[in-house]
Amino acid sequence: MASGGISRTKLGEGASHESFLRHRNFRWLKIALTVCLVAILAYAMIDVQPRPNGGSAYGYLLGTIGALLILWLSLLGLRKRAMTSGSWSLKGWTSAHVYLGLSLVVIATLHTGFQLGWNIHTLAYALMMLVIASGVYGIIVYAVLPTQLSDSRAEMTRPQMVEAVAKFDTQLQTAAQPLSHDDAALVRDAFGEDPFRAGLIRRLSGRDARSSTEAALQAMRRRLAVTTGPEAAALDGVVTLLERKSAALERIRRHLRIRALLEVWLYMHVPLTFALIAALAAHIISVFFYW
Amino acid sequence: MTTSFRIAIVGSGPAGLSAAARAAQLGLSHVLLEKTDHLSDTIYKYQKGKHVMATPAQLVLRSDMSFEAGKREMVLGTWDQGADALKVNVTRNAEVTAISGAKGDFTLTLKNGETISAENVILAIGTQGNPNLMPCEGAALPHVQYQLDDPGEYVDEHITVIGAGDAGIENALGLAADPEQGNIVTIVNRTADFARAKSANVKLLEEARANGRMNVMPETTPALVEQGWLTLDTRDGQQRIRCDRIIARMGSAAPRAFVEGCGIEFSSPDREAFPRLSPQFESSAPGIYVIGALAGYPLIKHCMNQGHDVVEFINGNAALKPADEPILEAKFKGLPDRRSVDEWLEFLRANVEIFHELSPLQMREFMLDSEVAFYRAGSSIFERNEPGDSLFAIASGSVLVQISPTDPSITVPIGTGSIFGEVGLISGRPRGATIRTAADSILVEVPRMAALKLMATVPAAKRAILRISIERQLLQVFGSGLTSADLVEVIETAEVKNVKAGESIITEGEEGRDIFVIRQGSMVVEKKVGGHPLFLSYVPAGSYVGEMALIDGGPRTATVRAAIKSEVIRIDGDAFARLLAAKPDLLAKAKRDMAGRQQVNDFIEAKKEGFGGAVDMYSSVASFLVDNGIGEATDVLIIDEKLCVGCDNCERACADSHEGLSRLDREAGRTYAHLHVPTSCRHCEHPHCMADCPPNAIHRGPDGEVFIDDTCIGCGNCQRNCPYGVIRMEKVPPPKPSLLNWLFTGRGPGPGEPSRSWTNDRVSPETPKLAVKCDMCSGIEGGPACVRACPTGAAIRVAPEELLNVARLEREL
Repeated sequence: MASGGISRTKLGEGASHESFLRHRNFRWLKIALTVCLVAILAYAMIDVQPRPNGGSAYGYLLGTIGALLILWLSLLGLRKRAMTSGSWSLKGWTSAHVYLGLSLVVIATLHTGFQLGWNIHTLAYALMMLVIASGVYGIIVYAVLPTQLSDSRAEMTRPQMVEAVAKFDTQLQTAAQPLSHDDAALVRDAFGEDPFRAGLIRRLSGRDARSSTEAALQAMRRRLAVTTGPEAAALDGVVTLLERKSAALERIRRHLRIRALLEVWLYMHVPLTFALIAALAAHIISVFFYW
Repeated sequence: MTTSFRIAIVGSGPAGLSAAARAAQLGLSHVLLEKTDHLSDTIYKYQKGKHVMATPAQLVLRSDMSFEAGKREMVLGTWDQGADALKVNVTRNAEVTAISGAKGDFTLTLKNGETISAENVILAIGTQGNPNLMPCEGAALPHVQYQLDDPGEYVDEHITVIGAGDAGIENALGLAADPEQGNIVTIVNRTADFARAKSANVKLLEEARANGRMNVMPETTPALVEQGWLTLDTRDGQQRIRCDRIIARMGSAAPRAFVEGCGIEFSSPDREAFPRLSPQFESSAPGIYVIGALAGYPLIKHCMNQGHDVVEFINGNAALKPADEPILEAKFKGLPDRRSVDEWLEFLRANVEIFHELSPLQMREFMLDSEVAFYRAGSSIFERNEPGDSLFAIASGSVLVQISPTDPSITVPIGTGSIFGEVGLISGRPRGATIRTAADSILVEVPRMAALKLMATVPAAKRAILRISIERQLLQVFGSGLTSADLVEVIETAEVKNVKAGESIITEGEEGRDIFVIRQGSMVVEKKVGGHPLFLSYVPAGSYVGEMALIDGGPRTATVRAAIKSEVIRIDGDAFARLLAAKPDLLAKAKRDMAGRQQVNDFIEAKKEGFGGAVDMYSSVASFLVDNGIGEATDVLIIDEKLCVGCDNCERACADSHEGLSRLDREAGRTYAHLHVPTSCRHCEHPHCMADCPPNAIHRGPDGEVFIDDTCIGCGNCQRNCPYGVIRMEKVPPPKPSLLNWLFTGRGPGPGEPSRSWTNDRVSPETPKLAVKCDMCSGIEGGPACVRACPTGAAIRVAPEELLNVARLEREL
């Protein structure tokens, strides 16, 4: 079949449809496993006296590899933001970042020679393990949550979500006309509630205990239970609208919660990385200072 | 009672009136016969207050009647006064029903039974009395009208104007001019551009559309007229709209029966053909002259000049040259051989196939818009990938097409009489090949708009261009060393068919041996499995379907239907079978192509029982993608939402790779089964955005990308024409502080598109907004930034034929 005569831009690596974990048929996983295997074998075969430690030649080798790896891994943040030309793919970088980052567990642990204590060296090691742990959380949520994120959005964009909620406010404005002054004020208090303005904790919870819509809904339900006649009909309409608005807000909060879960680990991962680099610098300087 | 005149002029429009004025001025005995009780009925019937234009601007007016652009009433008033002042002999209410006799002694019979005898007859009756009718069911209903006198008569109606020529556009503008009238006006045009209309009218139409005063529907034809409703075939399928009144302005044709009754021959049997005329306007019946719209000249200035000239000719002034002679003389000056303008025109008309059916007068007008030049052997006409959309015709000599981008020695000749560059008529793509002259040549360069106008007004030229482009397309699709000589029979049987979105060209289980080549648009192939259509594959333009039944016999094995409004070439199966028998190479190629499809069929048959959700899923995903414009896409960004973490790095990368504006909106767009089609350019095969770009700033680049160059004037036409909403109109932000600067000092807005307020603080409020759209990161090493910048591999770019193929199912099951 002819192609229609239109040639396509060459995308090179990274364009094929596979996730960062499977990138190039697990290339970086294979490389990382090889590195770990070699490191473990070498650790087992080199007989360091009196016992394996970071000060031996092999220890220095592992330490140098580890330190350089940490610096290189931290450059991902720069790579992501510097949109230069060239045939690199961020997916490839992420893939390498994940697998080489995990290989640090082996490399750095072997570098310690299992000598841990309450000192700057172990602090650097502990910070590194925390960074890696937060990264592992990141890998898990990146693998699990995107599907839910997509579902929770229901093809809506952020402005559309805001608009959908605002539409309920317009309807409520009309529906609340027949209500008593106090009731109407309560309903109006709920206008303009913006779930996007919630802080991280509230986003993570996916709930809002202080939601003015929820408060208005509860109050109107109570009023409805003790009201009869035409006012009850009006209240009924308001309650229905508030329920729907509340459900819409709920959906947005669910979406924001998933987004927050996808982002929250970076608030650990990135600052801890800076702390790690500082501790690492202290570790290296002190080692050479006391040499 | 019989009165005898030297000249009888039938019809008192601009042409007839000008002729009568000249006769009066020369003191010739004459009579001007007008059917109605007023002069110039066509202009009289223009809508009230209509602005009458005086185009073409470069043509000088040569008439005893004066004329300049102005309101209808002013123009008519001037003519009435002029006719009186010159003592033109007018007979009103005199409809001529027959003309008999021969030169020197004609008898004109009037409707009231009177006769008039004349030595010469000038027919200037125009074509308005014979409008083209609506070609669909319901055309005879009373609310369909072919004329609009006063647009002010109608209030609060849904009115549809069919045909976007000058008359249609002016009627529509008139109906929509006053919002107080409350009319909802829609104008429907068969093609994507407005080649028939004057550019000033097109501009006004665009304005009206931009202000929302009018609904403009290009690429649309009427399908069914009902009381109160109108069904239209649009680019995206059928649409039924409210419609209380239809104004059909689809042009008019010569009142052929009457004209032929006078013994005048036409240039071809086409409904829209014109009488065959000498350069002196004399028809095939000596002594009867034809001028004006009936001669193929709808413009007032032409008509008036012809009226003047024809009387001069009849009066024996053989040396008179037409008013446009100096312009044409200048055009032909650079050519070798000294020939007169008429000789050159005849030379071009006789030598170039697509001009064969043009009258000398049409040739004249046509050459006013075109250029002709002499090229020495070996000169380059245009280079591969050069922008350009004009059509070239070879009047003498020949050219060589360098078909290989790398080896200039591989060439295909095109000889005298043929054309090249015709692809430019269909799309704005750059030139596909370098073309050099093989011998000293005379070439006519026809600008795209002039070529479209030629095709729209001369059916024979359209057929010739179509035939040549079909031949080239078939050669390209089938390859296999075929030559045009092999295709003669196949092309004779070939017909171009428009297929509506969703319409089938091949139906599974039916008998049929015809082959279809997809010329425009795209098709989807489906097969019924367990009562449900299963999506087999997607077939883009430039492919063919239907060979399986022809080669293997038996009924059709699958259904092929149009994904979007398409154009196919239907080739007679028997003719193609004979070609296959004669050309073993072609048969081998067809069998190879067929094997691939057979494999898919077998695969489906084998797995039929075990098919469960996976196949349904695949099929519905494919349908979803086609519904979202993938059917006409050439390259589309898709986001796998099983991987997308919503970081928007794609948008930031896009903005940072270009002028600071993101050309994609990740969140917007439809999603199905976690496949998301974001709002981003699909680089359509026939880009809707290109349809009317005033500075012609939208092109297709060498990698298939559709891009806007820096001549954009910010009119917003492309944004309105894009059915997928992927074009933004934005002010370009100033350069940002560098990334490191932002990282360490916090200066600037950071990576990605700066906020609108940041930009507005830095650019002047007068800065125009320009159109911004994806260019597939053309010229950026590494390719599309959105894909490179995706950290998880969710963003991918795909060609539809790769994505929409059941073979993927095999890999993924």
